[in-house]
Amino acid sequence: MRIHLTVNGLEREADVWEGSSLLTALREDLGLPGSKNACEQGECGSCSVLLDDQLLCSCLVLAAAAEGHRIRTVEDLGKDERLHPVQRAFVDAGAVQCGFCTPGFIVASYALLRDNPEPSEAEIREALSGNLCRCTGYGKIIEAVRRASREMYR
Amino acid sequence: MEIERPRSLDGALAALAAHPGADLLAGGTDLMVEINFGRKRPEHLIVVQPLAELRDLDRNGAVRVGAGVTYTRLLAEGGGSFAAVREMARTVGSPQIRNAGTVGGNLGTSSPAGDALPVLAAFDATVVLRSRRGERRIPFADYMTGPKRNARAPDEIVVAAEWRDPGPAQTFLKVGTRNAMVIAVASLCLVVERARKSVRVALGSCGPTILRAGEAERFAEELIDESGWDEPLDVSEAAAARFGELVAAAARPIDDVRGSARYRRHVLGVMARRALERVGSVVA
Ligand SMILES: Cc1cc2nc3c(=O)[nH]c(=O)nc-3n(C[C@H](O)[C@H](O)[C@H](O)COP(=O)(O)OP(=O)(O)OC[C@H]3O[C@@H](n4cnc5c(N)ncnc54)[C@H](O)[C@@H]3O)c2cc1C
Ligand code: FES
Ligand code: FES
Repeated sequence: MRIHLTVNGLEREADVWEGSSLLTALREDLGLPGSKNACEQGECGSCSVLLDDQLLCSCLVLAAAAEGHRIRTVEDLGKDERLHPVQRAFVDAGAVQCGFCTPGFIVASYALLRDNPEPSEAEIREALSGNLCRCTGYGKIIEAVRRASREMYR
Repeated sequence: MEIERPRSLDGALAALAAHPGADLLAGGTDLMVEINFGRKRPEHLIVVQPLAELRDLDRNGAVRVGAGVTYTRLLAEGGGSFAAVREMARTVGSPQIRNAGTVGGNLGTSSPAGDALPVLAAFDATVVLRSRRGERRIPFADYMTGPKRNARAPDEIVVAAEWRDPGPAQTFLKVGTRNAMVIAVASLCLVVERARKSVRVALGSCGPTILRAGEAERFAEELIDESGWDEPLDVSEAAAARFGELVAAAARPIDDVRGSARYRRHVLGVMARRALERVGSVVA
């Protein structure tokens, strides 16, 4: 079926299978592979996007049901030449190893800092509890969020 | 697969009347997993997620929580007579899951591990169902009939859960392998409705459906009869232990990947004691 989505400020069209998730539509049909596909069951958060400013797992959103909503993906937060402060902080803190979980963490950290400029460690852990990382052990990720908070709201 | 996106509840009811048994899509946190893994290929799918008629949340007098209310919205509510609701919502999944998952979806799935369900059971909630034929209101105890089974007719939509405000003496506890993203090994909701001299305890993940611990309820009511319904309850160690035993005895647990029946009984006893101590001292 043909669907019309508003992604990163642009009107896009795609032909998708009716049961297709937003994640599949983004990656396979719209050329936006930043959101990662790891579990397709809401457990890992690597597919996190913002839909009408709310943090969601795009693997659990039916692509066809996303019509009429504003979708923002990790691609919209920063560009290679101009990283978002959250992305910069992840690089600087060494919070990226294999990098597979990183886009999801970036989007979730962005959503956290938007709502809560100076989160406590407990609040950071709670806000990132829907994102899994198999490499870093989370210490550096939490450090990165603290750095980003300082950068953005100093 | 045919997808319908009605703009109103009436439109959704008409679509469902035309295709009874069609799947409804709310937050998608249960249904999309089934579709992603090919365990379900709905012929007809009706998207109910955006329907404004399912989103009311009213706490003036009788409480009404629309089927489309998410856990995040429940968490944003004040405490008081919503204390257990908030404690429950906080344990669900992760921020991403709480932003999407709804009470109606929990009722739709009717898993014995559904976290909203012991709260609805302990609140003596009414499930409000609507179809083209009209509205049906059924007590939660008659709604959920077994694991993933309920009394909803194929042309009905759950529109809301309603209950009488039981006051602030209420709590929800859940045990799992970690704090986030965990299906309950066992859960419990305790309500002491002092105005009506009623104690209600409901257990999740401990049987084929949500169970009420009737004998434990009677026991606690007798305790409070003695200490006075307007007074804080000072729970003796012996009384707390007996309450825990009676709650554990009401369970009908099984051994599964999440926990053994024996562990479930043990942990129910612990949660029951804690809950009674926590709630006993709360006087409106
Ligand atoms: C990673 C992850 C973690 C989770 N953690 C928890 C947890 O901690 N506790 C917990 O209880 N659950 C948990 N769940 C399960 C799920 O989030 C809940 O059951 C949630 O309440 C489902 O709501 P939904 O709106 O997403 O339902 P959907 O997936 O949209 O629908 C679920 C079912 O309900 C039906 N339905 C939806 N709306 C209605 C309606 N208005 N009337 C009738 N039927 C309806 C649908 O047809 C479908 O069969 C988790 C799920 C995931 C993926
Ligand atoms: S791919 Fe969506 S949560 Fe894992
Ligand atoms: S950096 Fe490898 S999974 Fe997180």
